[in-house]
Amino acid sequence: MPGLSTAHSVVEPSALSKRIAQGIVILYALLTMIPLAWILLTGFKTPPDSISYPPKLVFQPSLEGYCNLFTTRSRQTPEYIAGLPPAEGMCDEIARSRNMVVAGPSKFVPRFVNSLVIAFTSTLLAVGLGTLAAYGFSRFRVPLADDLLFFILSTRMMPPIAVAIPIYLMYRELGLSDTKLGMILLYTAVNVSLAVWLLKGFIDEIPREYEEAAMIDGYTRLQAFRKVVLPQAATGIAATAIFCLIFAWNEYAFAVLLTSGEAQTTPPFIPFIIGEGGQDWPAVAAATTLFVIPIFVFTILLRKHLLRGITFGAVRK
Amino acid sequence: MTESSTVNHLVHHAAQSTPEPVARRVRGLSDRAIAWLFIAPTILLLLAINIFPLIWTIQLSFTNYRANRPNAAVSNVGLDHYASILSDPDVWHSMQVTAHFVLWTIVIQTALGFALAYLIDRKFRGHGFWTTVILLPMMLSPAVVGNFWKFLYQPQIGLFNYIVGFLSGTDPSSFQMIGDIRLAPCSIIIVDSWMWTPYVMLICLAGLRSIPDYIYEAAEVDRASAFRQFWSITLPMAMPFIMLAVLFRGIENFKMFDMVNLLTSGGPGSTTEVASITLKREAFEKWRTGYSSAFAIILFVTVFGLANIYVKALNRVKSR
Repeated sequence: MPGLSTAHSVVEPSALSKRIAQGIVILYALLTMIPLAWILLTGFKTPPDSISYPPKLVFQPSLEGYCNLFTTRSRQTPEYIAGLPPAEGMCDEIARSRNMVVAGPSKFVPRFVNSLVIAFTSTLLAVGLGTLAAYGFSRFRVPLADDLLFFILSTRMMPPIAVAIPIYLMYRELGLSDTKLGMILLYTAVNVSLAVWLLKGFIDEIPREYEEAAMIDGYTRLQAFRKVVLPQAATGIAATAIFCLIFAWNEYAFAVLLTSGEAQTTPPFIPFIIGEGGQDWPAVAAATTLFVIPIFVFTILLRKHLLRGITFGAVRK
Repeated sequence: MTESSTVNHLVHHAAQSTPEPVARRVRGLSDRAIAWLFIAPTILLLLAINIFPLIWTIQLSFTNYRANRPNAAVSNVGLDHYASILSDPDVWHSMQVTAHFVLWTIVIQTALGFALAYLIDRKFRGHGFWTTVILLPMMLSPAVVGNFWKFLYQPQIGLFNYIVGFLSGTDPSSFQMIGDIRLAPCSIIIVDSWMWTPYVMLICLAGLRSIPDYIYEAAEVDRASAFRQFWSITLPMAMPFIMLAVLFRGIENFKMFDMVNLLTSGGPGSTTEVASITLKREAFEKWRTGYSSAFAIILFVTVFGLANIYVKALNRVKSR
């Protein structure tokens, strides 16, 4: 507040009120972190430790959850296990201590790879298409532009289950059921609406004069788009891409209804990680940990653009 | 982007290899052509994956088609499905459950979110860091995290029950958050609020920060009390932002499926059966495709209509 002569602005909160605010906010933050901390901890517990009463805060850390996540095991008699050659690796050893032998790899890795392939490909497509469309809407007088933009947004208002009914039938006809291509196309269509709205906002902020100057210098419109607008919009494109990536990564409703095997992604898979007698919670926690770590990284990268992303570009800072 | 680069390449190529007048013409690939070239792929994709299926849904909603019997004869039933849905007590029940869920999550999240935003706006030391920490839950997958909450809610071993029991002195195995008819709706509201309060907070924070300091300075000069300043400046000026947050949360929670499906699957009984769960049961368990298509259309029209009314109200608040 340069215009004020007093040392402290009248609108600056008092030191005490800052303290109180800080205390409450930190308390809230710590409270909401408890479930996440518990996910992390449970991943390093043994199954008996994970379901002990009272819940254990201090325990002997174990990688059994991660081992169980990556392997399938079968129960054997102690005599059979005693007759086997020495255990290969830690997971085998842990399994044998529970009278089991490792039978093979679990489906977690293929599901995780599916998530990666589907999320990244659909993001690339959605951002590519979205950038072009956003530039079109931003720079040219498109007839019925407002209606088209509203139509693009309204596709997001459909409940996913309602969309899944005809998509299920359509994909069955086209042979796209339970295929990565089918999921990629679907996620691209859902994300492109977000991409167009966000990117239009970012491109609107780039002064037209930049391209016009380039065009006077002899660039064609397309060259100006590629060499002037795209570099200027790079941050916005990156932020949009991360938002699309997070959506595709986290998506559950379409995935659970339209995939069952080959193209299944991680979110519908995790609830079906079961051990003997129900969900294998350490393994579920391990899977959840591995699944949310990328999101943590992305959220921190996105900090500055979060607001814009979650409001479809309606609120800009 | 491949399309643009191909086009670009062609244009470039043409411009280099053709005599001047033609090059001029290619260079001038009209803005209108470029506009349509750029917009058309997106529109085509949305037509194929959104509009065509929507039209198909409308068509199916007038038939008794069943997806699990693709070869059975399909007959036209006209508006029968619509009539029976609108008079079906189960459907009204699920609409009521949805309305309760939307209402309570919005009330809790708006109150908590605004309060948090107000506190963070005190700009204490480290507020940026703590804001980021608070925001983390909303970025996670509702399905994956909702699934884990089922573990926290276990009656005997769950951390949630343990903490509540510890603080209130009740036995942690004496109540079941997910299995009890009265508590199951609360269990969903708690997880949803845990995830989405930060969302409302972030939008409210933007609203509070949009209020220029000079207004408060003028109020100080007029010796307006802090209470008065809050009611006459802070709240009204942040209102469009609060309403925007409510709009987005309302639409999202009207469509709510992931977390409820994993936490309670609509149970116990049908106490937490929100509209999307009913729709899933009709469409993918009972395979009443025609009936569920009609339900889907009704849901879409509802959310679309409510959102439209709300946006009009929002614009009125904004223009004040």
